[in-house]
Amino acid sequence: MSGSTISTIFSFRRLGALLMKEFIQMRRDRITFAMMLGVPLMQLLLFGYAINNDPKGLPAALVATSNDRFTRAMVSALQVTDYYRFDHVVQSAAEAEALMASGEVLFVVTIPSDFSRRVERGDYPTLLIEADATDPSAASGAISTLSTVASQALLREQGMQAEAKQNANDQLQVVVHRRYNPEGISQYNIVPGLLGVILQMTMVMMTSMALTRETERGTMENLLAMPASPTEIMLGKVLPYLVVGAVQVAVVLTASKLLFSVPFMGSLPLLLSAVLAFVLALVLLGYTISTMARTQMQAMQLTFFFFLPSILLSGFMFPYRGMPGWAQTFGEVLPLTHFLRIIRAVMLKGADFQAIAVEVAALIIFIFAFAGLALLRFRRTLD
Amino acid sequence: MNAIEVHDLVKRFGSKTVVDHVSMSVAEGEIVGFLGPNGSGKTTTIRIMCGLLTPDEGSGKVLGYDLRTESLRIKREVGYMTQKFSFYEDLTIAENLEFVARLYGLRPVGRHVADTLEDLGLTSRRDQLAGTLSGGWKQRLALAACIMHKPKLLLLDEPTAGVDPKARREFWDEIHSLARGGLTVLVSTHYMDEAERCHRISYISYGKMLASGTVDEVIENAGLTTFVVTGPDLSEVAAFLEGKPGVAQVAPFGTTLHIVGSDKAKLEATLDELRGREGVKVTQGETSLEDVFIQFMAGSKDNMA
Repeated sequence: MSGSTISTIFSFRRLGALLMKEFIQMRRDRITFAMMLGVPLMQLLLFGYAINNDPKGLPAALVATSNDRFTRAMVSALQVTDYYRFDHVVQSAAEAEALMASGEVLFVVTIPSDFSRRVERGDYPTLLIEADATDPSAASGAISTLSTVASQALLREQGMQAEAKQNANDQLQVVVHRRYNPEGISQYNIVPGLLGVILQMTMVMMTSMALTRETERGTMENLLAMPASPTEIMLGKVLPYLVVGAVQVAVVLTASKLLFSVPFMGSLPLLLSAVLAFVLALVLLGYTISTMARTQMQAMQLTFFFFLPSILLSGFMFPYRGMPGWAQTFGEVLPLTHFLRIIRAVMLKGADFQAIAVEVAALIIFIFAFAGLALLRFRRTLD
Repeated sequence: MNAIEVHDLVKRFGSKTVVDHVSMSVAEGEIVGFLGPNGSGKTTTIRIMCGLLTPDEGSGKVLGYDLRTESLRIKREVGYMTQKFSFYEDLTIAENLEFVARLYGLRPVGRHVADTLEDLGLTSRRDQLAGTLSGGWKQRLALAACIMHKPKLLLLDEPTAGVDPKARREFWDEIHSLARGGLTVLVSTHYMDEAERCHRISYISYGKMLASGTVDEVIENAGLTTFVVTGPDLSEVAAFLEGKPGVAQVAPFGTTLHIVGSDKAKLEATLDELRGREGVKVTQGETSLEDVFIQFMAGSKDNMA
């Protein structure tokens, strides 16, 4: 028997056999294969163009009873901010109320009839802006620009440029630098983040089916009866997905450059190394799930159990620092959180290895933790 | 050294005892039939022997390797053919064989695969997906794949279920020629004719081993007497005999009726009552293996209920 010459623990020949089998199966499964490439592209186009954290051109209604020059100045000043788009000009508060209740407009700007009289008298004029705050983020940008815009416009209209300047000098001056993204373009934040989300979704989902598919098709019994060790089976299942991940990374990075002109400040090799660590952590997480699930349906559900918190708590959708402490702690145990920090730092801030070392270390801990857990959970028998 | 030597194997799933103190020894080169009703623990016993399940109690050796501690070695020298086709349907015939050849470290891979395809007569269909094969061909492919690494012990779990008679005949010819070459075979089946093709048989029911030996020994040890009744109105005769003292089985066989019982004297007394019926003849018959198995099944209470 030639058996003694081959290790029972690990053999590259057996791993090669498993890898070759997986690649053939992957190639034959056309729909899944198309999904691996189609999903990232679709999501990138959809979310890249659709999501905007600083929405502009929001529908608004104007309630104005008079049409004097101060009113007109105020309206045009608001429009120039790009936040407001006055679709409706109405005469009564009741009409405006109805528009807001029905969701036709997000803002109602009311300029009272005594507005110009008060301005000319040197009194304090008032301006009422009602915002639909059911979605706070939609309204916040528009509201925050308001008071400066309004007072500047008013002074200008009164022919008091000098006073306007004077006024500004008198007050405390706040200087804001929007660093790394001076124009505050959402896509610069969303598109690199999407790479993480897309990888998280496809990698974990695909690998979570790895063992359950064998179990459901009845091929697991045969695979276990043959001399393949748990390590070989695990690597045979997860390594092919590194290739898939590499293709997805190439697709997303190219698109982010060509379609969204997201700046790339840092080192590409550094980013790719971090991506490799992230993808390894993900495929091992998926494989761990597949050692727990008995059916593909269960695997799917477990995948989503990880997917939602990953999207909501990782800082992809909502600012990480804005979450309560316990939620931030929870976010720390999600690989996506660390990856988002890395990719945003490297792409937008041009961070070097020093700056992201802690996050990379976290990803490496995930790799070992998931691999260990998967090997512990792997059932070498059918018990 | 016996190929299989196991003692008092016990396997429980939850509160069910699926294998209940089963002992078995199979000599090298022997073909042993493993019989029993559905759910009797045949598959579980076979899985324990090839290391796919760990027994809760009991011990033993397969091919001289300890069942509990050396299951990896056992796996390498045993060929196990599962009940359900368990090769990859989305791989071609050749790719499946290549996969198996590589996993067992056979070299050169191409030579082994080509030879196996040649033996199977599948060389021209090597690039056909395994999933598109008919039941009979799938079974032949599975057998070829599990003997490719020249195992010393072959475990076959209902290999011929759903296969036509000609393919079954060829299958058994193959098994016998392999056994002549020194291979030991343990095969589970429901077919009586297949049981009779084995050197020895073991009968398991609800996890308990009820009988073991050659076919003749098993029939003789069962201690059954069989009478054959011929004549008109056999269905009326069958209804009359059902449940009478000494009558264990009443089974129609074409134009005859087989009456089986374990107490010969009582059975004869009951059959005496048939005398006087016009044209009805009672003669002593041969007890068949099937009669014995039906008797076993009636006698062993279902512990799963």
